[in-house]
Amino acid sequence: MSRDHVPSPKSQQRRRLLQGAAALSMSGVAGLALAQQFPTAKVNTTKLAVTDTEVVVGQLHSATGTMAISETGSIQAEQLAIDQINAMGGVLGRKIRVIKEDGASDWPTFAEKSKKLLVNDRVAAVFGCWTSASRKAVLPIFEKENGMLYYPTFYEGLEQSKNVIYTGQEATQQILWGLDWASKEKKAKTYFLVGSDYIWPRTSMKIGRKHIENVLKTKVVGEEYYPLGHTNFNSLINKIKVAKPDVIFAAVVGGSNVAFYKQLKAAGVTADKQFLLTISVTEDEVLGIGGENMAGFYSSMKYFQSLDNANNKKFVEAFKAKYGKDAVIGDVTQAGYLGPWLWKAAVEKAGSFDVDKIAAASAGIELKTAPEGYVKVHENHHLWSKTRIGQAQKDGQFKVVAESPELIQPDPFPKGYQ
Amino acid sequence: MTAFKHWLDRTGMGSVLLLALLLIVVFPLCLDLFRLNLVGKYLCYAFVALGLVMLWGYGGVLSLGQGVFFGLGGYGMAMFLKLEASDPVTTKIQSTPGIPDFMDWNQLTALPIWWEPFRSFPLTLLLVLTVPTLIAFIIGYAMFKRRVGGVYFAIITQAIALILTVLIIGQQGYTGGVNGMTDLKTLLGWDTRTNSAKYILYFVSVGLLLGSIVLCTWIQKSKLGTLLLAMRDKEDRVRFSGYDVSMFRVFAFCLAALLSAVGGAMFTLQVGFMSPSLVGIVPSIEMVIFAAVGGRMSLVGAVYGALLVNFGKTYFSESFPDLWLFLMAAMFIGVVLGFPEGLAGLYTNKVKPWWQARMAARRAAPATPPITPAAKRTEAPDTEPGALPPGISSQQT
Repeated sequence: MSRDHVPSPKSQQRRRLLQGAAALSMSGVAGLALAQQFPTAKVNTTKLAVTDTEVVVGQLHSATGTMAISETGSIQAEQLAIDQINAMGGVLGRKIRVIKEDGASDWPTFAEKSKKLLVNDRVAAVFGCWTSASRKAVLPIFEKENGMLYYPTFYEGLEQSKNVIYTGQEATQQILWGLDWASKEKKAKTYFLVGSDYIWPRTSMKIGRKHIENVLKTKVVGEEYYPLGHTNFNSLINKIKVAKPDVIFAAVVGGSNVAFYKQLKAAGVTADKQFLLTISVTEDEVLGIGGENMAGFYSSMKYFQSLDNANNKKFVEAFKAKYGKDAVIGDVTQAGYLGPWLWKAAVEKAGSFDVDKIAAASAGIELKTAPEGYVKVHENHHLWSKTRIGQAQKDGQFKVVAESPELIQPDPFPKGYQ
Repeated sequence: MTAFKHWLDRTGMGSVLLLALLLIVVFPLCLDLFRLNLVGKYLCYAFVALGLVMLWGYGGVLSLGQGVFFGLGGYGMAMFLKLEASDPVTTKIQSTPGIPDFMDWNQLTALPIWWEPFRSFPLTLLLVLTVPTLIAFIIGYAMFKRRVGGVYFAIITQAIALILTVLIIGQQGYTGGVNGMTDLKTLLGWDTRTNSAKYILYFVSVGLLLGSIVLCTWIQKSKLGTLLLAMRDKEDRVRFSGYDVSMFRVFAFCLAALLSAVGGAMFTLQVGFMSPSLVGIVPSIEMVIFAAVGGRMSLVGAVYGALLVNFGKTYFSESFPDLWLFLMAAMFIGVVLGFPEGLAGLYTNKVKPWWQARMAARRAAPATPPITPAAKRTEAPDTEPGALPPGISSQQT
């Protein structure tokens, strides 16, 4: 194509706008027609907040408090997905309206707000929670009131509920393949485990240790935990220097990460001398840590922003168009983005907004347009997913250096690892 | 009628009756169950605020660690409920069935020995009430005997709140860690999550709260209350008169701890879980704010304070999820600047004198038509934030 034939950016933009407007008005008409095909009395037998033109969903994350920095990504991604679904005509011809609630990083508040969303607002689904503590606080309420929660964070497993779809990875998915890879890559014989002191790191390390000792037949030479928010890792670093492990396996979370990686670097424990694999650092955390402090270390996740496929390119572009070109996308942000799409697919498969029918219809749902690639819901309400190893770069992005060949089956109650 | 009015004036029970009317009749009739359940939750904090009125307003000692006692009461109840929810049948997928799930995750294979008493409900109730009181006694005795007071006492109680939080989070095999104890379902086989249970628990809370107010009023009116006040204002004179000042303070601290523990236990029952986020420094300071907003000299005012602040929190965060913290802060600053003695102070210093002056003016001018009871009611303040008991003027605060 010669240069002359390329339309100017402006006219391109104008054309895109026109197309968009046409598509919107078309989808509006189509939406109404679709809604009439699925009369509200039929698709909503449990008095949810669904009308002929609108369906109400809830969004429950921490917009304030210590967790706000982590949960903002999920909030944004869920909103983006909902906007996109609405632009396509909504779900069963109904536009999605969001009621936003702030869990304020406080578990009792999460419980209160989830009850408000389910009992007062009668929302058809809730996208939300981040920490295990907040999920544990709302879970009994979702089961009692029969609500539907789409939970986006990688987590410790040991849980399965009809009322929850877990769109992040459970612990074995994230850990086992990553450890196998590290063992092969580094020919590792010794491992040092370090984590924050709560259930997710502890359970992850328990699974990791069993795998290291029983399957890989290698050795754990140290295991340390520090309280959430801990910022002085000097004694830990001394222990690491004494133990000289082949691999540091880390699950330090939140703000502690900043201190941990900065102090490692200051003590000379850098990527050219030390192999480190973490399961808790995404692009979001690197923003705080600083790319130069993290560079060269590895992270085991199912998604990285740099993932090279057509779905992801579209997703990253849309995300940056909405939230600015400096916005970064971490693993949990992408998992949050899957929530509304999986819900839409389940509603359409069930032909109903009723929670029982959605829960039953969820198993086996496929999403070919997911940024991470292909996604499928298992009967245990977790996702099949690939595990990928990213190497941190100075610019704060990860370079994907390895990827599991197949989707890994979710196994929230792993035999032999408990 | 006049005898009743006289009795109200003498005992200061008018504001208590008004509060009882609001809690027993107005709220259950006007609010749906979800909101009523929230009010029930707020009332649990009101127990703590009552304790603070006795300890801080009357005793002159500020504790910034009441979350400790709230948490101990709440955890005691939660341990009983958790054991009941962890019967071998429902926990059969665990490595060790029959113990709470978080113990199983943390590789405990048997119930710790100090959990055993919580298998029995009477013993649990006893521990819920005695353990926090006993701990308050030990702390209070150690500090007040050495005449530690004022800001030092506040800092030490705050440190204790921090220590307890760290302990709970660190010992997650025994306490559930940062997740707390969740998924509490039944009390002696009675499902606490049903609608009827919510109503019953609400009324039990209201009953206990009103009972506590009457008890505290009685203490305030007794010689003990007078001594507490005297100690707060002129400690040395009381000591020179031969009284053991420290033991009265210990008593006030124990009373505040006991009330907080009752609130914590009711909280666990109504909300269905307990977590370290209700124990630490921030919730403890929030509890002081409830008392401060309501008025630290007024028992009834403290209840209104707890209700108002929590209503504000819920309402602002529902309506403005991104802005609500600023609105709450504006409210606190407004209260501190506008009426430092809280709502009760606003009532006694501004509303009541204005009303009395008005009534006196009416009496002086007989030409004005008599007021019908209906008209009188519309002119009265909507909710009476609670008067100070007679005999205590605001100058003493």
